[in-house]
Amino acid sequence: MTNILKNLTLKVWRQDGPTTNGAFETHMIDEITDEASFLEMIDILNERLIEDGKEAIVFDHDCREGICGTCSLMINGQAHGPERGTATCQLHMRKFSSGDTIVIEPWRASAFPIIRDLMVDRSAFDRIVEAGGYITAATGGAPDANLIPVPKPVSDAAMDAAQCIGCGACVAACPNGAANLFTAAKITHLNLLPQGQAERFSRAENMVETMDSYFGSCTNHGECEAACPKEISIDVIALMNSDYRKAKTQNRKQLSRA
Amino acid sequence: MSSILDSKIPEGPMADKWENFKANEKLVNPANKRKFKVIVVGTGLAGASAAATLAELGYQVDAFTFHDSPRRAHSIAAQGGINAAKNYRGDGDSVHRLFYDTIKGGDFRSREANVHRLAEVSVNIIDQMVAQGVPFAREYGGMLDNRSFGGAQVSRTFYARGQTGQQLLLGAYQQLARQVGQGGVRLFNRSELVDVVVIEGRAAGIVVRDLMTGEVSSHSAHAVVLATGGYGNAFFLSTNAMACNVTAAWRAHKRGAFFANPCYTQIHPTCIPQSDDFQSKLTLMSESLRNDGRVWVPKVAGDNREPHLIPEDERDYYLERLYPSFGNLAPRDISSRAAKRAVDAGQGVGPKQNGVYLDFSEAIGRLGKETVAERYGNLFDMYERITGENPYDVPMRIYPASHYTMGGLWVDYELMTTIPGLYAAGEANFSDHGANRLGASALMQGLSDGYFVLPYTISNYLSQWLNKSVPDTTHPEFSKVESEARERYDRFASIGGTRSPDWFHRELGKIIWDYCGMERTEAGLEKALGEIPALYEEFKKDLRVTGGTDGLNQTLEKAGRVEDFFELGMLMCRDALDRKESCGGHFRSEYQTEDGEALRDDDNFAHVAAWENTGDPMAPNRHVEDLAYEEVHLQTRSYK
Repeated sequence: MTNILKNLTLKVWRQDGPTTNGAFETHMIDEITDEASFLEMIDILNERLIEDGKEAIVFDHDCREGICGTCSLMINGQAHGPERGTATCQLHMRKFSSGDTIVIEPWRASAFPIIRDLMVDRSAFDRIVEAGGYITAATGGAPDANLIPVPKPVSDAAMDAAQCIGCGACVAACPNGAANLFTAAKITHLNLLPQGQAERFSRAENMVETMDSYFGSCTNHGECEAACPKEISIDVIALMNSDYRKAKTQNRKQLSRA
Repeated sequence: MSSILDSKIPEGPMADKWENFKANEKLVNPANKRKFKVIVVGTGLAGASAAATLAELGYQVDAFTFHDSPRRAHSIAAQGGINAAKNYRGDGDSVHRLFYDTIKGGDFRSREANVHRLAEVSVNIIDQMVAQGVPFAREYGGMLDNRSFGGAQVSRTFYARGQTGQQLLLGAYQQLARQVGQGGVRLFNRSELVDVVVIEGRAAGIVVRDLMTGEVSSHSAHAVVLATGGYGNAFFLSTNAMACNVTAAWRAHKRGAFFANPCYTQIHPTCIPQSDDFQSKLTLMSESLRNDGRVWVPKVAGDNREPHLIPEDERDYYLERLYPSFGNLAPRDISSRAAKRAVDAGQGVGPKQNGVYLDFSEAIGRLGKETVAERYGNLFDMYERITGENPYDVPMRIYPASHYTMGGLWVDYELMTTIPGLYAAGEANFSDHGANRLGASALMQGLSDGYFVLPYTISNYLSQWLNKSVPDTTHPEFSKVESEARERYDRFASIGGTRSPDWFHRELGKIIWDYCGMERTEAGLEKALGEIPALYEEFKKDLRVTGGTDGLNQTLEKAGRVEDFFELGMLMCRDALDRKESCGGHFRSEYQTEDGEALRDDDNFAHVAAWENTGDPMAPNRHVEDLAYEEVHLQTRSYK
């Protein structure tokens, strides 16, 4: 049933650009129903700001159904807020109570520079995928789909990893700003599948090294898994590390026979 | 009315047309391909797959997206699956049957030759996507699994849990990323198309606004592909993403591209009902849920008992009752209207009585909770996050919402608009779904256009420009279009009224939904054609855009998109008014059978309405492309 939340205090990070200093700005929300999503609350605030002649709070968002990975936000210090396995856009106000103070910040990681207010630049993720997060299969030459049987457990495990939405919560939650969960999810998806074997080790090598050129290092805190809106397991990092080590230490020809 | 539209359908029997086209088209040899430059706008399924494939072939490709990354495109949100005539089940499927189902599902308002080609290449899509590593659902033997979907009596839908669109888009995105990494594609992210430039009667390029800096710049190419999606957000509340808009298609329309069948909009039957007035979007629950869920309402209007307290014989499983052979899998338009009627009759359920039940208790009893969770677990979780109710225990509540638009830029068989050199692919064009799209066919069409159609057809046009340089962006036409774009943004910023772009969008959406939504009448459409221009005038006087035009300004971006929805809204209503029949998603109350089904008028309306811009949004010119049915006989669509 619908409840009305009263007297919420929002402390929202405002920052004009990547090189300027930012600060918290306080806004009051007198009343809002708990059926509203968190981003709808910001919509309402923004509409009020515009009608008062002020600039709206800049934030990234799009599909609002938890799949495009555009939305972000540190809410009370938690990436995507308090609900586990849920992106900010699917977080609803029923998770909050009247009188709450809610602190809203952008992702904070040196590889994700702040563009303005709550919006950050996550294009380093694209660079990692461009380095090898694909299977080279030019259009037109594919064999019949059922010629490549994939055992169900393998397919399911690949799918578990492939669910990553590229939101960056893992990086934001990591004390080191590492992107290991993101990178490993893609490597695991492709390296588990029979179609991905031909490029398995070059993929691991190129993606890991591109990742290292932008992001911090993993020290096994596990914050990434806790923050991931798709609940991707840190097990994928083990597979990535194993494939990377093999790629670096073993002869490729021998690997291909393994 | 006039008929100046040449659909360029190839000669020969239906099943040979695509082969004939490929055998006779003009090619560009591999060494010459690098001399051509192609702009692709949009990086969803159609755009990403087209950009990647064109680059693989050797063309220079510039790809534009207004998102931060190509992976954000709204194709990602498709849940249920993708159709292909693989006949892996041995249940009688074939290219012909998929073709037939699509024509029939479209209520005999699509172009046969395009649809046949779509069915033919559907099988290649699955092969291609599997080769790229899309983790489709498998059986224990390792073979691909299928499920059934609305409007078909065979099981031909491939899926990746409830995230098929995500997995397919990531597949296409990865192919695009590969090309970006190797230098085949130059990617312009956070860049929004603001206009199309036409010089000497052909597409010369585009003008874009860098959303980060506000800089307006020109880009030219030998050909331009718009793969910019549909216009379902005209209704404000829809299942589209917040940024989905009609701007690219609309700007092309204003520069001369005809806009076809704008009144063909799809209202998806299974969305979570609206809970409040400030709601920003509606969330879809995949149609695949109807495989196991049963739709019902209480027999008695106003019965507000808890669902489990309503005995079986006091429930109306209306889809099973009205359409026994398709039951809960009746096509989208039919299911949506049936839900609307139940709610209009006071049988609606939930706190606002604005939904119908989709009940899984029978399926949970038959299959067990575990199997149901395996099939739909993530959808159930999503439902619970949004509504706070657990669908394993209480039936879901659903209601129709705007979801997809079958109308779009008019294109010929080669996907070229009426502006030579300007192509439209995916949802942005009108070509394959007629008046109603079947489930799991949007992903199919996007990938078909991008991977298997455009890369062939574009050379037929490009070959004539061999050794002709890319149009010069210092041409006065580019500067003129650029300054028009700048003036437009300055205008928005200087109005200084009192209302935000979202406020106007919401008001506009209400008008379009009320009068040009699930059910339309002559009087209602006339009324809308009075109210929309009036609201548009108010927009021009009372809009408030805070912040400047140079630099990031999301309010300014929104203002441009909303303005284009105003003009489109007028055209949607005009088209709906002039189409004096009911077909598919276009239901005019004046034209219905005795039992309330859509009544087509094939004598007068078996055609595509393609609208030409005249400069006055209230007085466009209507052109007609007659639809000839050689292979499929026109018949009254029945799912009973």
